[in-house]
Amino acid sequence: MEVELKEMLSDLQSLKQSLPDPSLHDSLDKIQSRVEHLADLAKAAPVRRSKVKDMSAEVVDSNPYSRLMALQRMGIVENYERIREFSVAIVGIGGVGSVAAEMLTRCGIGRLLLYDYDKVELANMNRLFFRPDQASMTKTDAAVQTLSDINPDVVLESYTLNITTVEGFDTFMSSLKDKSFCPVKQGSGVDLVLSCVDNYEARMAVNQACNELSQTWLESGVSEDAVSGHIQLLIPGETACFACAPPLVVASGVDERTLKREGVCAASLPTTMGVVAGLLVQNTLKFLLGFGQVSPYLGYNSLKDFFPTMQMKPNPQCSNGACLKRQEEYMLAKPARDAAAKAKMEAEAPSEEGPLHDDNEWNISVVDDCELGGPETKSSDALPEGLTRELPSADEFNNLSAPGAPVTDIDDLEDLRRQLEAINSA
Amino acid sequence: MEGWDPNTKSTLTQIPLLTTKAGPRDGAAWTLRLKEEYKALIAYTQMNKSNDNDWFRISAANPEGTRWTGKCWYVYNLLKYEFDLQFDIPITYPSTAPELELPQLDGKTQKMYRGGKICLTVHFKPLWAKNCPRFGIAHALCLGLAPWLAAEVPILVDSGMIKHKDDATTSTES
Ligand SMILES: [Zn+2]
Repeated sequence: MEVELKEMLSDLQSLKQSLPDPSLHDSLDKIQSRVEHLADLAKAAPVRRSKVKDMSAEVVDSNPYSRLMALQRMGIVENYERIREFSVAIVGIGGVGSVAAEMLTRCGIGRLLLYDYDKVELANMNRLFFRPDQASMTKTDAAVQTLSDINPDVVLESYTLNITTVEGFDTFMSSLKDKSFCPVKQGSGVDLVLSCVDNYEARMAVNQACNELSQTWLESGVSEDAVSGHIQLLIPGETACFACAPPLVVASGVDERTLKREGVCAASLPTTMGVVAGLLVQNTLKFLLGFGQVSPYLGYNSLKDFFPTMQMKPNPQCSNGACLKRQEEYMLAKPARDAAAKAKMEAEAPSEEGPLHDDNEWNISVVDDCELGGPETKSSDALPEGLTRELPSADEFNNLSAPGAPVTDIDDLEDLRRQLEAINSA
Repeated sequence: MEGWDPNTKSTLTQIPLLTTKAGPRDGAAWTLRLKEEYKALIAYTQMNKSNDNDWFRISAANPEGTRWTGKCWYVYNLLKYEFDLQFDIPITYPSTAPELELPQLDGKTQKMYRGGKICLTVHFKPLWAKNCPRFGIAHALCLGLAPWLAAEVPILVDSGMIKHKDDATTSTES
C-alpha cells in the first residue's frame, strides 16, 4: 500500500505541473495532503518489534526493558535479567489467567505454558485481554496471538485440553516435566505453576499434579459473586496442599440468605479479576526473582477493601497420598535445612547489636505483627476474621455403616456391565 | 441434609453407598470402585423402575469407565422431554464429583456453565465433600441432575426455549 500511495503522490505532482490553470492547484494540494496523511497512517500500521538478544538497562525509546531493568539499579531486584530463564505454567486462561499471562509477557518472562479447553466468546468481553475479533478462537491460541505481538522474546506454548480428564491430565503432567527449555535446572520443567481456574475440580487436578511433581504453585480465585478473591502459595510437603483442608473463601460480608444465587451460576467483574491477577503476578515475580515476601495466603474482600492473610501447615491426615509423601520428605530434610539456616545466619550475623533506631524522632511505634492480625500459623479450624471454609471435611468414614448394601455380591466387572445394560434396555 | 426436598432425601438413603476411595489413575483400586459404581447404579435404576420413576439411562462409553453417556428425561404437562447426558470421571474422583453435562441445552439457560455443564445448588458440593468416598455416580445423578431437571425443564418449556419433539416436527412440517 505504501508503494501505491507514493506513486499516487508523484502522479499528482506531474499532473499539477502539467496543468496550465493555477486555479486548480488548490484542490490538487488538498488531495496531495490527504494522500500524505494516508501514507503516514500506512506507515504506522502494525510493526512487529524484533526479538531482543540481551536485556539492556539503557533508557531509550526503543528499549522495551529499560523500566524493568531500573528495578535492578534501584536495588529492588538483584538480577532482573534472570527472568528470561524462568518457565511459568498458567492453568486457565480466563479473566485472571489471561491478564496474568499478559503481565508476565510484558515483564519478559522466559517461557509461558498456557492451558485451557475453552473458546473465546462475546460473553467474555466484560473481562480484560481478549478482543471481540477473537471470538470462537480457542483461548490458548488467541492468547498466543496477542502475547507474541506484545513480546516476541517470550517462548509461548499453547495446550488446548481439560486437565481434569485422564488424557488431559497425562498431557498436562508430561508438559510440566519437559525440561528442554532449561535442562540444567533442578526439579520439573517449570519454575512455578499458576492456577487461574474457576472451579474446585480443576484446582484439585492442579493440586494432584503439583503434589506428584513436588512443584510449587500459586492458587488464585475470584468468588462466584465477583466481589472477593484470594491467592495462596502451595509448596508440597511444606505448606497445606489444596486437599489438606477444605478450601478457604473470603467472606464478602453480604448476608448469604439475601444472595440470590438460584438465578445464575456466576457473575464476573474485570476489576476484581484484574486485582487478583495483579496480586498473583506480583507474588510470582517476588518468588522467581527473590525479592520481598511471598504471601502464603492473601484474601481480598472488595466490598470492605479488606485483605486477610494467614498461613497453613500441611495436614498429616491429608487424603492425598502424594501430599503425605511430600510431607515425609520435608520432615526428613529438616536437619539439612536447619544446618543451612544456621550457616546463613552466622554468615549474615550483624556487626553490632542493639535497637535499629535509637532516636525515634518521628515517634513511630513498631507494633508486633500478631497484634495487627498479620500472618500467623493457625490450626486448620481457627481462621482469622473474614475467612471461612467453602466445604465441610469428609465425615469420619468408619462412624457410618453402609445401609442397604446389596447382598448379592457379583465380583466380575463384565457381569455388572451386562447387568446394567439389561436393566437399561428392559 | 438441609436444603433438600424429602423425596430426594428418601431416595438417596436407599442407594447403596460405596467404600473404595479410588479414581481413574488408581489401577486395580479403580476397578474395585467401578464395580461398586455399577452395583449402586443397578440398584438405583431398579428402584426407579419399581417406583414408576424411571428417568435416565447411563452406561460407560469406554472400557476404562472414565467416560459415561446416556439419556435423561423429565415429564412436564404430561409430555416427556429427553436430553443427551454425558460426563467424564475426573482424575481427582471421588474427592470431586463428576460434572454432569446436557450438551443440547448449552446456552439455553443461565443455570449452566459453558459446554452444557449443569449448575449445581449450593447444597450439592458440601454434601458430596462430606460423604467422600461413599457417594458415587448414582448419588450424583440423584442429588445433582434430578433436582436440576425438576427446576429447569418447566422454566425452559414455559419460556419457549425448548419444544417438545412432537411440536417441533409439527412446526417444521407446517
Ligand atoms: Zn495435603
